[in-house]
Amino acid sequence: MSPVHDQSYRHYDGARQPLGRAWLVILGQGLRALLRRRALVALVVLAWVPFLVRTVQIYVVAAYPQAQAVLSVTPRTFQRFVELQSVFAFFVTVYAGSGLIANDRRANALQVYLSKPLLRVEYIIGKLAILLVILLATTLAPALLLVVVQALVSGSVDFLQQHTFIVPAVTLASLLRVLVAALTMLALSSMSKSARYVAVMYTGVIFFTQAMYAVLTAITGSTRVAWISITANLDVVSDAVFRQPPRYETPVLVSVLVLAGLVVLSISVLDRQVRGVEVVS
Amino acid sequence: MALADSAVVLDHVSVAYGAQAALRDVTAEFPKGAVGLLGPNGAGKSTMLKALLGFLRPTSGRLAVLGLDVAARPLEIRARLGYMPETDGYVPGMSAVAFVAYCGQLAGLPAADAMQRAHEVLFYVGLGEARYRDIQTYSTGMKQRIKLAQALVHDPDLLFLDEPTNGMDPKGRDEMLDLIRDLAHGKGVNLILSSHLLPDVEYTCDYVVVLDRGAIATSGPIATLKGPAGRVFEVRVKGAARPTFIERLREAGLDCQPGEDDVLRVFVPGDEHGPGEDQRRICEIARDSAVQVRHLRASVPTLEDVFARAVGDQ
Repeated sequence: MSPVHDQSYRHYDGARQPLGRAWLVILGQGLRALLRRRALVALVVLAWVPFLVRTVQIYVVAAYPQAQAVLSVTPRTFQRFVELQSVFAFFVTVYAGSGLIANDRRANALQVYLSKPLLRVEYIIGKLAILLVILLATTLAPALLLVVVQALVSGSVDFLQQHTFIVPAVTLASLLRVLVAALTMLALSSMSKSARYVAVMYTGVIFFTQAMYAVLTAITGSTRVAWISITANLDVVSDAVFRQPPRYETPVLVSVLVLAGLVVLSISVLDRQVRGVEVVS
Repeated sequence: MALADSAVVLDHVSVAYGAQAALRDVTAEFPKGAVGLLGPNGAGKSTMLKALLGFLRPTSGRLAVLGLDVAARPLEIRARLGYMPETDGYVPGMSAVAFVAYCGQLAGLPAADAMQRAHEVLFYVGLGEARYRDIQTYSTGMKQRIKLAQALVHDPDLLFLDEPTNGMDPKGRDEMLDLIRDLAHGKGVNLILSSHLLPDVEYTCDYVVVLDRGAIATSGPIATLKGPAGRVFEVRVKGAARPTFIERLREAGLDCQPGEDDVLRVFVPGDEHGPGEDQRRICEIARDSAVQVRHLRASVPTLEDVFARAVGDQ
């Protein structure tokens, strides 16, 4: 051993993590980067305001039964809550998701990522997990907490016993909205090097399909064409899982198939776009 | 082929971008140590590295890195590899130390170790003072160094360096070459240096594989390739019949490559028959070609001669 400590390049003989955990590293780094953005934190905090409003509603109904006539708490209350949260989820998706892969493509980071011991699917899962965590914090987390608050404030689980589907419905509806939004955004993000362009594309896809639905409904006089709108398809499924009267004439199975198709298409786009080398035909 | 003793083995490998063939039935063996992958732009050097990394799937053939099959065990290979890409590559919005530590974690280092290594490696590549700066504010030379740092942070068994001196000023280039040379010869890191710059390869590597138009032109230890039986002369001639002179040299079995400032590098194969015999022979050919010899000097064979001959043969 040299009496003088070598401060230049040294070999590493410490521990190494097993393969397959790189997505967790991507998730951790991605969340830290997002939480440094004050606007996003503010948006997530703002997304909890409806939770506070609904909590007050539940408290008032529990404390003053006569308010039940005006502020009744029903399964529809939770469905509306989930749908309102999806508005916040839209803004979070646009703000947090548009640059997830687009920024990496702009800076040629994909070749750096994929030269490390991680599969393309791990990279995608890591990026997807970043968006899912933030979106679940704005949708599923307050929705489930609201269910707990309802039981605690009312002092009984009668409501949940009468409506045993509430917890699965809240979970399924939130997860579906979050998953569709995250995968669609991630796929769009993988197609461009500009986060702004991706944000415009995503907004365009959501609003264009909704506008198409409105136009076709006006022409045909029927809501059977709701399958053309991403938002309407989510509402169709939401009505089914919350056991509410359907707002659209589109069969649930059709909406499920359209959403499944969107998910498959997004995965296919990600598979094509996320590569260590860009081959220009 | 001795898979375990070689850093990289390619067995009849072909890679194509659509209909465009980039590597054509390449069979080569890269020994451990410092190996130069030399070739003109478009020869297929970067394609070869990307195929070895598993970024590109060969249309035929088999690739092995450090004795492991690329198709079967890509993750194990990448855990032991460091890759410095040709183009800039970084994660936006990160400081240098955060980026390098992040790369270390991606390569499997625990977070604390990755951060410590990131500091060490950044000092080693000469970015110690700038390690807290956002990478996007770095100059081209600094970005080259950060690419080397991220490739080194997990202490790879083999480094792929793709045009590491691209865009660097002369001083930065020399420093980068010194770093590479130190890694290879002082720190015992195996590396493959892909470059179209002969002096870079000659300065840092012991072995060279010359690639041209997707095929191996020649390969071997640089010392051996540079020193076959034969001598090199620098010749400058005056006269309109210069092309005739070159043609007659070649007809006489003397390889001739145009160099800088109208200087021809003439390679005389075989053993020397007597003092001044080679010079006399060149002068006689000049006389027969009706050109006047203005400059004739014995030279040292360089890798450039090897490259010129190899590519010329293709």
